[in-house]
This record gives sequence, structure tokens and C-alpha cells, in this order.
Amino acid sequence: MKEPAANEPGMNDALTLRRQNRSLTGKLWLFVAGSFAFGFALVPLYRVLCQVTGFGDQKLLSEAIAPITAANAANAPVAIGADESRTVTVEFMANLPTVGNWEFRPVQASLQVHPGQLYEARFVARNLTGHDTVAQAVPNIAPGEAASWFHKTQCFCFSPQAFKTGEQRVLPVRFFIDRALPVYVDRVTLSYTFYDTALRVAAR
Amino acid sequence: MAYSATAESHDHHDHRPSGIWRWLSTTNHKDIGTLYLIFAGVMFFVGGSMAMVIRLELFKPGMQFVDPAFFNSMTTVHALAMIFGGVMPAWVGLANWMIPLQVGAPDMALPRMNNFSFWLLPFAFTLLLIGFFVPGGAPAGGWTLYPPLVLQGGDSFPLAVFAIHLMGASSIMGAINVIVTIMNMRAPGMTLLRMPLFVWTWLITAYLLIAVMPVLAGAVTMLLTDHFFGTSFFSASGGGDPVMFQHVFWFFGHPEVYILILPAFGVVSEVIPTFSRKPLFGYEAMVYATASIAFLSFIVWAHHMFTVGMPLAGELFFMLSTMLIAIPTGVKVFNWSATMWKGSLTFEPPMLFCLAFLFLFTIGGFSGLMLAIAPADFQYQDTYFVVAHFHYVLVPGSIFTIIAAVYYWLPKWTGHMYNMTLAKWHFWLSTIFVNVLFFPQHFLGLAGMPRRIPDYATQFADWNMVSSIGGFGFGLSQLLFPYIVIKCIRGGEKAAARVWEGAHGLEWELPSPTPYHTWETPPSIALIHKGGEHWTEDGDDA
Repeated sequence: MKEPAANEPGMNDALTLRRQNRSLTGKLWLFVAGSFAFGFALVPLYRVLCQVTGFGDQKLLSEAIAPITAANAANAPVAIGADESRTVTVEFMANLPTVGNWEFRPVQASLQVHPGQLYEARFVARNLTGHDTVAQAVPNIAPGEAASWFHKTQCFCFSPQAFKTGEQRVLPVRFFIDRALPVYVDRVTLSYTFYDTALRVAAR
Repeated sequence: MAYSATAESHDHHDHRPSGIWRWLSTTNHKDIGTLYLIFAGVMFFVGGSMAMVIRLELFKPGMQFVDPAFFNSMTTVHALAMIFGGVMPAWVGLANWMIPLQVGAPDMALPRMNNFSFWLLPFAFTLLLIGFFVPGGAPAGGWTLYPPLVLQGGDSFPLAVFAIHLMGASSIMGAINVIVTIMNMRAPGMTLLRMPLFVWTWLITAYLLIAVMPVLAGAVTMLLTDHFFGTSFFSASGGGDPVMFQHVFWFFGHPEVYILILPAFGVVSEVIPTFSRKPLFGYEAMVYATASIAFLSFIVWAHHMFTVGMPLAGELFFMLSTMLIAIPTGVKVFNWSATMWKGSLTFEPPMLFCLAFLFLFTIGGFSGLMLAIAPADFQYQDTYFVVAHFHYVLVPGSIFTIIAAVYYWLPKWTGHMYNMTLAKWHFWLSTIFVNVLFFPQHFLGLAGMPRRIPDYATQFADWNMVSSIGGFGFGLSQLLFPYIVIKCIRGGEKAAARVWEGAHGLEWELPSPTPYHTWETPPSIALIHKGGEHWTEDGDDA
């Protein structure tokens, strides 16, 4: 420390400043602790807010959807077996995340199906990567709300598929659509994306 | 000037150690400011190279270069590196350098804490970036860390949480230091309403930081305990609620975006008057506008979550409160324009970057207003329109003003002028390419292209290619910046004490380069008034 010059703050001032700095720093740390606690306090605060205002109340929400649930229940057939009175179009799509290394396509573009009856659809895949590999198909169903009524009993997407270099195979999927499929759904798309998982394993 | 004589005599008893130990142990605000700025520069290029990977993959539809998981890591870590490693440390670095000089203080109030808060950052980012080498890869759930997705990440999840804890601790300490310096260390006569606006905006920013960074720390701690200790803050199976996380996160997140932009307002409020050779129009209005923006930032967070299923009253409240922010922001934009009105304008690099800020930040503000309209937001949510919006406010907003601030004060720091021609090239290339890069993303977003995807439908191909070309051009032109800065540090034409003839304020009363120790004798009242008169219309009312 240099000696304070005549126009510099004296020793007393320096001590006062240190004290002031400490005290303000302490207060600010308390503020920080308060903010940290407030973050956690938001959890019960939101709960209280929701209770007071009824936001997100399960009972109110179920009342609101009650008519829809009732309508669905009324339409839900109890019987099993094929519902020949209804026809649903199922479309098939095949996608590849890496263009060019594979051939992958559905054999049939679409099928007309009756809910409750078992069908088989076929896809064809050919390994053009130039080496033996393993691939995995990931299914997707559109519209998403139909997914709960679309049942696959047997599918090539259930397990990884090993392919030799240049090998071509027919891949079957057996499925049925639940009779409880909401009446307004008349078209369902089943699409697969075929990932070369060996690439991924090799990259690791 | 009398000051330089004393300053030189002080230089004789500098006891700074040499070599690496000087930088590890330094408590000098200028050294620490330099360290922060270098760190920010490095992270700017780390985050920038990730952006290049993103634009490369999106150059064409289809999967070309990286697998989707790595792509998601790129978007996630790009954001974290740019926000917490680039912009925030750059502002703290500028605060360290300039606040003591501008308020007439010999150093920051808490020099040792200052050193600690800087040296936490390299460790924080080591933890974050190590994530690329652990099983499961770097965090890929988006920088917003929404559960349950973020909890499904690999081993990098706890590393990222600890990294965020360290970054948070660092910026909290930086903020405390700024507040204590401004409140206690101002030279006698430097009243609050005589402070330069960079100091004002930083004071308000610092309060925002200590109010919300701990909330983020709390939120990520809850994620951590949910994942490892069986709590269920955000897990519906245990009575928690994943939407709860979004509320807590955005309670931090919205003030955070003002933390990134408020110091920029300060820089623009100093640069525009300097190169317009006129006092800032509406100094006090600027202070109050900044404070109102800071206050409003706490009551608008749910505009990030209009689509989660909020009650109508909530949608209306958050929509209207968000739109209110346009009022103080408009005051600022009009004040800057009025400052230039009938001024003798010259267009040196800092001014050019601030002018680009004025136009492009306003575009970002307008797209923000569009996003604030709750019914329309259902269309824009999670599309490239949002990406275009926040990049317009962050790149030509925050990053351009950081560059402007460096070009403004660099001769003061180094004592040398930099290459003006190259700096103007830097400006024109950046400004053209930033628009080529981000403007088409508005079109993509309005047409429905979702954000955070490695592949897209072919109708988006053309604008993505344009955007990528802009991205590569913008990335490459930033390489000029370190070249210009390093060349200026090494030498160049001598800079005068008052580098820009229209510059006012205490830092310009010091010689260039600034001595290692400054204002050990506080500046005289006359000097303070000389600067203060320039922005406070009634300079001697105190």
C-alpha cells in the first residue's frame, strides 16, 4: 500500500470503504440466496396458484372432455372379429435417413382394410452400402391419434435386421386396426425409417 | 495533462509478476477484463464453428455429414457456448475494463473475487465440452434443457449441469462486483445521474443477473436430483409436472435475454453521440427505459410457452405484458435516432456497427412483437421464424455492439490505432452476410420449417442453401476480427488520449494506452462535470 497523498482518501476513508464494500457484498449474497430459494419456492407457489384459480384442475378438465369421451364410448364396438361395414385406407411409406446407400420401398402403396381383421404388408430392402451391415426400422403412424388403435402383431421393426452386401429381402409386417378406431379416421399412414445401425456402431 | 505525470510515476512501483503467473493471479481490473474478452473471443469461435456444422448439414435436404444425435448436440452446445461463453463473458470483460475507468475508481471493488469469477469459466466450459467424449455424446436436448428429454441424455448430463452451476456462480460474482463498484467506488462528484450509460445499463444488468442466475441454478439442480436422487419435481409419475420446469426456466430465461442486450444499449448510447458530435438525446429517459425493460422482463416469461396449454387469462396477460416492452424499447430507438438528427456524423467502424445494430435489432424487435401475439404464436412456435428472431436480436444486437465496443475502446486499451480499412471490410462483410444468413430464415419459418432438425422437406431447400452461404460468409469474415485486434495490440499509429474527437467521459481523460493503475487519485469534480455535461442536459444540477 502506498501512503495516501494529501488529496487521496485517508486511511480512515479506506477502512470505511472496505466496510461498506463488505456490507453491500454481504447483502447482495443474501439476495442471491433468496433468489436461489425463490426458484425452489416456485414449485409450491405454482401448486397453490393452480388450486386457487382452478388452472389445470383434473376434475374440470375431465368434465370438459366428458362429451367426447361419451361419444367415443358410444361408438366403441364390443364385438370382436372383422367389422365389414367399415373400410379404412392404410398407406405405406418407406424413408431412408441416408440417401443412396439402401433401397427401401413398400411392395404395396396402400391397402383397404376392415377394422378387426389381420393383414400382412410387405416392404423390400436392399443393402447397397457395399458391406455387411445391420439396420433397424423405426415405425411412425399418422395421424398420431390413430396410433393407439394400430396394432402390429409381427414386424420386421421389432428387431435389428442383418443384411449381407447387396442382399435383398422382403420384410413382412402383420397388423390389424382396432374396431374402436374413432369413426372420423378413414385413412392411416404407416411409415418406416430405415436406419443403418452398423454405421453408428462403427462410428463409436 | 497533470494526470499522465502521476500515472507514469505509479508505473515504477508495479509489482506484477511476469509470465503465466501474472495472468493466473492478477487482481487488476484491466488484466481480468482482457482475460474475459480473450475467453469470449475463443468461445465465439468455438460456438461459431458449431454453427458452421449446422449450416453445412442444412445446406441440402437429406443427411449429408453428421448423424442426427450429433446435429442436436451442435445446436445445443452452440447456444450454451455463445450465450454463457461468448456474449456474457464479453460483457463482463468490457465492464471490468471500462466501469472503473468511467466512474473514476482505481479498480473493481472486490478484486480477488474478480479473479476467481473469471477462472471458474475455463473449468465450466471444459466440463461442458468434455461431453463430446463421454458415452452418449454432448447434451443434445436443446439449451433450454426441457425434461423429460434432457434426462434421457448420456453421461454428459451431470457434466452440463455442473458446468451451468459454475457459469452461474461466475456471473453472479461478476455482477456483485459490478454493483459494489458502482455503488461504493464512484469518484466524489460522480452522482448516479452523471454516470455514462454503459455504467447505468450494466448496473441494471447486474441486478438482473443476481436475481435470475440463482433461479437457473435451482432449476438445473432440480433436474439433477430428479435424475439421480429420485425426486420428482418434473416427473408426472411422482406427482411432478414437466411444464413446471418451463416456468422456472423461463423465469430465468427471459431476464437472461435482457442480460445479453442491456449492456449493448449502453454501448450504443455512448458510440452514437461520439460520432454524431452531439449529446445523447434524452439521457434520463434512457435510464428509465432501461429500468422499465428490466422490470418488465420478470413478468413476461410465459410468452415462451404459449402452446403448453395455458388458461386464456394467462395467454392474454403474457401477450399484453410482452407488447408493453416495445414502449421503452421504442423510446430508446427514437432517442438514438434523435441523437443523430442534425449531428455531424462520421462513419468510423464503431459507429458503423452501432448503425447496423439500430436497423437490424429493430427488425429483431418487430419479429419479437409478431411472436408476442399469442394466437399467431401457435403457428410460429418452434419454427425457423423463432430462430431468425432471436438471431437478429443476438447477432446484430449483442455481438455487433460487442464488436463496436472493442473497436471504440481498443485504441484506448492498446495505445494504437487499428487498421480502419480492414475494420470497415469486417463491418460490410458481416452486415451483408448476417442478413443473407438470417433473413431467409423468416421465410422458412413462416412456411413451416421446424427448428432443431437435421433434415427437412425439399420445399425448404432453396432458402436453406442461401442461408448456409450467408452463414459461411459470416463465419469467414469474422476471422478478420482477431487479425485486426492482434495487429493493433502489436503496434500501429499512436492513439491520442481522446481517441475520437467527439468522445466524452472520464476514460478519455486518461492517456492511451491506459496505465496499469488508473484513478488512484480520484478525478477532479471539474473533469467529472466535463464528461457529465455531455449527457446530462443540466450538468451541474447535482
